[in-house]
Amino acid sequence: MQKNQELELTATIKRISGVNPRLCMKCGKCSATCPAFDEMDYHPHQFVDLVDKGQIEKLMNSKGIWNCLSCFACLERCPRMVEPAKLIEAVRLAVIRQQGQNHLKPEQIPDFLDENLPQQAITSAFRKYAK
Amino acid sequence: MQRIGVFVCWCGTNIAATVDVKAVAEALGKEPGVVFATDYQYMCSQAGQDMIRDAIQEHNLGGVVICSCSPRMHETTFRKTAEKAGLNPYMVEIANIREQCSWIHKDMPTATEKAIILGRAAIAKVHLNAPLTAGESPVTKRALVIGGGIAGIQTALDIADAGFPVDIVEKKPTIGGKMTQIDKTFPTLDCAACILTPKMVEAAQNENIRIFSYSEVDSVKGFVGNFHATIRRKARYVKEDVCTGCGLCTEKCPQKKVPNEFNLGLDNRRAIYIPFAQAVPKVATIDPNYCTMLKSGKCGVCAKVCTAGAIDYKQKDELIEEDYGAIVVATGFNPIKLDHYDEYAYSQSPDVVTSLEFERLMNAAGPTAGTLLRPSDGEHPHTLVFVQCVGSRETRDCGKPYCSKICCMYTAKHAMLCREKYPDTEVYVFYIDVRTPGKNFDEFYRRAVEEYGVHYIKGMVGKVVPENGKLKVQASDLLSNEQIHIDADMVILAAAIEPDESARSIATMLTASMDTNDFFTEAHPKLRPVESPTAGIFLSGVCQGPKDIPETVAQAGAAASKVIGLLAKDHLMCNPCVAEANELMCNGCSSCEKVCPYGAITYSDKEFPGPNRTRVLRRVASVNPAVCQGCGACTVACPSGAMDLKGFSTSQIMAEVDAICK
Repeated sequence: MQKNQELELTATIKRISGVNPRLCMKCGKCSATCPAFDEMDYHPHQFVDLVDKGQIEKLMNSKGIWNCLSCFACLERCPRMVEPAKLIEAVRLAVIRQQGQNHLKPEQIPDFLDENLPQQAITSAFRKYAK
Repeated sequence: MQRIGVFVCWCGTNIAATVDVKAVAEALGKEPGVVFATDYQYMCSQAGQDMIRDAIQEHNLGGVVICSCSPRMHETTFRKTAEKAGLNPYMVEIANIREQCSWIHKDMPTATEKAIILGRAAIAKVHLNAPLTAGESPVTKRALVIGGGIAGIQTALDIADAGFPVDIVEKKPTIGGKMTQIDKTFPTLDCAACILTPKMVEAAQNENIRIFSYSEVDSVKGFVGNFHATIRRKARYVKEDVCTGCGLCTEKCPQKKVPNEFNLGLDNRRAIYIPFAQAVPKVATIDPNYCTMLKSGKCGVCAKVCTAGAIDYKQKDELIEEDYGAIVVATGFNPIKLDHYDEYAYSQSPDVVTSLEFERLMNAAGPTAGTLLRPSDGEHPHTLVFVQCVGSRETRDCGKPYCSKICCMYTAKHAMLCREKYPDTEVYVFYIDVRTPGKNFDEFYRRAVEEYGVHYIKGMVGKVVPENGKLKVQASDLLSNEQIHIDADMVILAAAIEPDESARSIATMLTASMDTNDFFTEAHPKLRPVESPTAGIFLSGVCQGPKDIPETVAQAGAAASKVIGLLAKDHLMCNPCVAEANELMCNGCSSCEKVCPYGAITYSDKEFPGPNRTRVLRRVASVNPAVCQGCGACTVACPSGAMDLKGFSTSQIMAEVDAICK
């Protein structure tokens, strides 16, 4: 990815999420509280750090972003109101937009269902990708 | 028309980087009446002041305008300069082109234009200035210290040592404050009680010190050198001068289930109590919220067992009136409430405690007599997790945005003491940053790690869940990029500290300013750190900002030296910028008298010439210049425009407005 492209992408991520990663004081409480920590290649505090450094490509290629449950524990407990979960959502959106409008349709949902998938993940995925 | 000199200061680059100072001097030089205009790098320096003095004499100046920093910073400096050159000091006006111009603008042309306008307004005002002479007011040679913790005690001792009488007002039944609850003090690990209790006794025995314990300041009136305070001595239902402090009543009282605030509710006390054995004054106090005699009139056990006959159920609050020359605020702090921190299970498990509670659990005089026991089952804990920055450095509403400063050190102390007394324990400390600026502080923290094997982990605890008698701690280790899980027996939270809740009402009473966190503001953050901007009010201890014991004691001494400096004077120069009533215009309506916060205005009947050579009696206002503080409330309230403020007259202010709008 070109440098300008990445800068532009970083700006987009910050804009869609409304998150200012500079507020982070690197305490790690987001990663401490995350229930999906072990499923992720990049952890919540690293999301914030990578966006701050403008290394969005690493995040977009990460499988970890799809393992975030959007439980918002990180957002709720962050002492500096950074809201890491919103950054992850924004990165997901950026990936989806890149892939060409493959939005989730209600009739597709039964195919995705399996007993290991938390219901909250389906609900929040539908909320985010149905538009 | 006055002959005016204009002096534009660069303030190094503070002003000159944003304001074209040469252009300002040139533009103001063309203003009517200005006979001399110049600029200089540091107007407040000796060379700058010499420049002003020489110009006054050489050009025979009748008024001076200094375009520089805020008048709060250097107005006095420049007034003294003018006085030395033979000019009345009140013929000097400051145009604030730093705080109100260069510091808030980025664009040079705009800032320069504004600086010229501000200078022009000051010139317009000087034209109407009249020489003023300051009167004198006497100084009451007695100080009031609000708060009897280590800050208040040290300040009082130092003032008393200089020979001035001091009153300490403490709202709790004993003086000593938070330090009485502490076990050992960092970084030397000397026992807090052993260094504090002798000072408490010293304060009690010092003939210059009066201690009003279990008392609060009800109201304060007056001004520097002449404060008048009303102190409420709350009814303790025990005659302080009769009680011998034998403690028999506190053993016999049948009401046993009162949470003991001295041990932070970790155990119970009786309804009649002495907070702790070394209390000063060592006098019992009845808690009216729990005493059955006071509530229902049935009991009276304490009165029966008291051989001294000190119990008095009919005691009432007593009000004491006293005059003071200076007031020291030493209201201290409290740890914040942790109700909003459910993730740490503070309200769910008794084994999750604050650091102050842990202090009591380690204290020989505490509820467990110094043996560390788990509050839930009284068992010896093996795994302890300390969490730092709980509520500190937090921008959420429930937290505090500042660093509480003392937690890194006391946590290192707790961890170290724990490992020393109980080598079978595993101790973890979760930190964001370890902040140890202080003499021998970092060495102390390193000793905890290197000699005592305390596990310091960079990261935060995310949640604590009580499960099967254990506390499941989930945390992050940022250096190894892992999430870790610890089964702990106790979790200790380093709760942020906040100013005592009484601070705000006291600040209002004293008209002393505070910041957004309710810490008292100092007159200057670097150069006047122990004085409030309100004259005669001084600050000691944590009420001004988080600090540890050595710093508190140092500040207490500094506050005392400022008080001594004030009380050593027989007279204070008054502010001559006081209100004055024009008797010919006054209609006797009393509006000014009602709004005056200092009681400086009185009315009297005076004879005035009437029509046809008669004399008429009219009721008119007069201002006592020694009492008036120049606030200007009366000039606003006066419906007939008879009240005016010297040095800030209506005509002067209108001239400034005209100059700005020109």
